Amino acid sequence: MPKGEASLIIGPSGSGKSTLIGIIAGLVTATAGTVAVGAKEVTRLGALERDAFRARYIGLVPQTLHLIGVVSVRDNLRIAQRLAGLARDDGAIDACLAGLGIAALAARKARELSVGEAQRVAIARAVVNRPGLVLADEPTSALDDANCEKALELLTGQATACGATLVIATHDSRIRSRFAARLEL
Amino acid sequence: MSMVRLAWAYLAARPLATSLNVAMLAIGVGTVALLLLFTTQAEERLARDAAPVDLVVGAKGSPLQIILSAVLQADVPTGNISLAEARRFAANPMVASATPIALGDTFRGHRIVGSDASYLALYGARVAEGRAFAAPMEAVVGADVARRFALATGAALVGSHGLGTTGTPHQGHPYRVVGVLAPTGTVIDRLVVTPLESVWEVHEAHHEDKQDEHHDEKAADSGGREITALLVKYRTPLAAALLPRQVNATTSMQAASPAYEMARLMNLVGVGVDVLRVFAMVLMATAAISMFAALMSALQERRYDLALLRALGARPAALFALLAAEGVTLVVAGVILGLVLGHAAAGVLGSWIARSNAWSITGFAWQPAEGWMALAVLAAGVATCLIPALQAYRGDPAILLKR
Repeated sequence: MPKGEASLIIGPSGSGKSTLIGIIAGLVTATAGTVAVGAKEVTRLGALERDAFRARYIGLVPQTLHLIGVVSVRDNLRIAQRLAGLARDDGAIDACLAGLGIAALAARKARELSVGEAQRVAIARAVVNRPGLVLADEPTSALDDANCEKALELLTGQATACGATLVIATHDSRIRSRFAARLEL
Repeated sequence: MSMVRLAWAYLAARPLATSLNVAMLAIGVGTVALLLLFTTQAEERLARDAAPVDLVVGAKGSPLQIILSAVLQADVPTGNISLAEARRFAANPMVASATPIALGDTFRGHRIVGSDASYLALYGARVAEGRAFAAPMEAVVGADVARRFALATGAALVGSHGLGTTGTPHQGHPYRVVGVLAPTGTVIDRLVVTPLESVWEVHEAHHEDKQDEHHDEKAADSGGREITALLVKYRTPLAAALLPRQVNATTSMQAASPAYEMARLMNLVGVGVDVLRVFAMVLMATAAISMFAALMSALQERRYDLALLRALGARPAALFALLAAEGVTLVVAGVILGLVLGHAAAGVLGSWIARSNAWSITGFAWQPAEGWMALAVLAAGVATCLIPALQAYRGDPAILLKR
């Protein structure tokens, strides 16, 4: 995957896309082979080192867009900052939310959001720490064409804005042509 | 946002379950705290009231009843004894002091005790205002009585016949208050004390008026003077072994040891207290099980939240801390609320007891045992959190990608 660009991992359901995303993120232990993110060989890291590396250098957008529902949108992003070991930076959070057009949602409880709003918040959480790598698992598979396009714009736009490499895992053939760098499974 | 604040947010998100868990634990802790306050203060109070007296000599009957009536002023006497016989016993060289008391009347629920100056000395009572009584129908009032009825020197008070609350007033025989006693923290605070002669005088007149009426005390119309009991202090430890037996075997009187009877009383009361204590323990155990169930349920509901936190970089120990913080918060809230409830209940109970003119307890006291109880509950609460917290620790973050 070329650094600073957007790449696609594409394949049918059950082909191992999410598992590969999990291995890159250090959530799943590889049984063979190696994965390196930049100069860091993730597959050689210990469990605690993988946690720390993931928190600081990887932004993850899961397929379910899962947010912590009982706290506000702002607190969801603060949790990401804290777990990355960064100082609380409300300015970065505000800028991130504004960039995604959801500044007005900052104080809203995450469980009160619509799917579209939750998707933007999930993207904001993935990029708020300005990671080197953003991993998105099936970000468009449940969306209609218009929203699929919008989601891709937001993801690529935010990854580009923070200079991160973007890797999208999907079985959604609608977006195949959008990416030059592809890994077919 | 810290794990502790996140734990609080989870608790706040389910207010009913959180409140019920805290309330269950608080009721258990509060019950134990109330029992501790009640039993400890009761024991201390009984010990203070009984401490100055080594032996009570009264009419034949229940020794416990003699102690309750003559020392704690809480029961009717077993009868009267002859003053002459009591004096003969008091002359025994093993007796350091012997204080006669005569009961029979009350003032608005507070007992009027006929005695002499040695009764005040027995409880270390000091006259705070006025002077000690010196003549019949003069009286000094205990600190609680003076405060409750705003009595000061020069006031007149009329006693009612009998030790209940419905006695006939002795209208023609008012007492004159000549002194108010300083608080002692003993039974004398709740009494009106007057010379023995006052009690005899009032009751002789009463008997002349109502020949047929039954009385708790037989007045002195049978010949010699009578008293209710004799409060004895020993001159020598040997007296404890000899005097009670001597009284019971050679006189028509009954000897009763306050220390022995108090221990017996506390054993009797202790059975009921133990039952309540077990009940409180069951409540606390139920609360612990309920908390465990709530945490396990929360763990199940939140497995994706926990996986997400791991995916964001949270270490397993942080998830352990998150679940543990929830449990500890519930336990700490339950313990604090329980202690507040227990002390408030002790205060309310104390006010209620005080209205019936018996001894009282206060909620503004702290027993060291409460601290140990709180620590034990906290430890049990933390132990309850361990299994859910360990499950959170071991959770698989990859489920976030498999959903």
